[in-house]
Amino acid sequence: MDWTFWLEWVIKGFVLCLILLTGFAYLTLYERRALARMQIRIGPNRAGYQGLLQPIADAVKLIFKEELTPSHVYKVVFFLAPILTVVPSLVIAAVIPLGTQFEIAGRTITLYVADVNVGILYLSSIASIAVYGIVLAGWSSNNKYAMMGGIRSSAQMISYELSLGLCFVIAIIMGNSMSLIDIVNAQKDMWFAVIQPVGALAFLIVVLAEVNRAPFDMPEAEQELTAGYHSEYSGMKFALFFMAEYQKMIVVSMITATLFFGGYREFWFLKDTFFSVDYFWWLGPIYLFLKVIALLFLMIWIRATWPRIRYDRLMAFGWKILLPLSLALAFITASGILLAQELSSPLLIWVIPVFSIIVFLVTVALINRDLRRKSYGRI
Amino acid sequence: MNSEMIVFLVLALVSIASALGMVFSRNAVYSALFLVLNFVTVAIFYLLLGAPFIAMSQITVYAGAIMVLFLFVIMLLGAESLPPSATLPWQKPLAYVLTSALAVEALYLVFTRARSSELVTSPDASLNSMESLREMALQLFSQYLLPFEITSILLLVAMVGVIVLVRQEKAGQK
Repeated sequence: MDWTFWLEWVIKGFVLCLILLTGFAYLTLYERRALARMQIRIGPNRAGYQGLLQPIADAVKLIFKEELTPSHVYKVVFFLAPILTVVPSLVIAAVIPLGTQFEIAGRTITLYVADVNVGILYLSSIASIAVYGIVLAGWSSNNKYAMMGGIRSSAQMISYELSLGLCFVIAIIMGNSMSLIDIVNAQKDMWFAVIQPVGALAFLIVVLAEVNRAPFDMPEAEQELTAGYHSEYSGMKFALFFMAEYQKMIVVSMITATLFFGGYREFWFLKDTFFSVDYFWWLGPIYLFLKVIALLFLMIWIRATWPRIRYDRLMAFGWKILLPLSLALAFITASGILLAQELSSPLLIWVIPVFSIIVFLVTVALINRDLRRKSYGRI
Repeated sequence: MNSEMIVFLVLALVSIASALGMVFSRNAVYSALFLVLNFVTVAIFYLLLGAPFIAMSQITVYAGAIMVLFLFVIMLLGAESLPPSATLPWQKPLAYVLTSALAVEALYLVFTRARSSELVTSPDASLNSMESLREMALQLFSQYLLPFEITSILLLVAMVGVIVLVRQEKAGQK
């Protein structure tokens, strides 16, 4: 290993962190402006052109804010918790491919930090580590509301992790690999979201719950828990939690795009045209960026539209609906691919979307019936 | 002394220190956190040995799922700190005897069995690929299918058992 190899790694890691950090700053602006639009307001538009300098103003404000440490907290863990929240949200991006590769001065530079052959397992292991920051923040604050936020978040994230794993399984089966790069390349002919639309939808719901976004933001439900796990945090430490939340949004959008929406690849019907990433490597990051923007818009839209779901219903939804549904979807995907392989007719792959949509409709009908029965019972 | 050796020594130090910290910590939450650190260092040992699959599973299952449940229970029961003195008088001497027996046994095995020629070294790079994962899966689902299925049935029984226990308690309350 020569030193240029190390240099390449260091530069790539640095650039990735930079992308996520500036992405976080501008995502806050994006969210505030988009939310404002949906609520018929204008939003921050004073600092710079169309409010483009607002994130910098916010950052300066947060840095100069008074750092308050309450006297009753468990100090070490209280300091550790924000760091434990931010670090997983940064390192999880290491295996996500941002594009193909290009050559500079006779060297092939690939547009990802690491091609791990167990990439998806890496994602799930980091996702399971990410719970600690929130749980420990809640516990170390030594405060009833913060504690409840921490316990809620741990229960919620453990529950939804099972469905997350099963949705990963769907992508692994279809991509026939655990490496994210192989999965992206397997989507050259067809996006997985087209073959398994319900799987993509289930994955979106599960990642919303995993990153504690609305309507699943129970750990910080304001009307019940003041601010949940970060009630006692202020200044930069609060900013770190804030940062982690928005970085997680970006990262899960990247993961969703990679697993189900073709990653850095173009639309499947553009694969041999001028717009393909096989012709121009620089199209890869642009496509991924556009997909991430679209998915982030979806998340903001959901936040603006839906009220928070009640906690017992959140747990019931995770265990009694999403888990069986994703199990059924994994089974359908596996059998569809096996059928297409054994009978060697690629058209049989369309068994998968048909059956998954049937399962989806059955699920919706069952939920509907259950809710109606409950409302009759109350009258 | 190559770089791998340095990494190994540092990690060994961290893992032993975290294990000791786990045992001697008076606060259950700190104990649990030390154990998490220990699991993570063990996972990095697996990575050094060229077994990424086991390493990632170690982090997901032990450091992620199981220890979060531990923390959850500790916090829910409010059992963070131990009482200052031991409750059972005969426990301490017995524990000393048993742990020293275990330590002697382990040391005996280390000094008789381990020779430098038989030390575990990193397998060659061909194992460290997707093919090895495929091979492992094939072995698991063909040769070891029966143990695999029995394990899953055991887990299912445990899950059903939990549900049954909880239901009975509720019925008794009514």
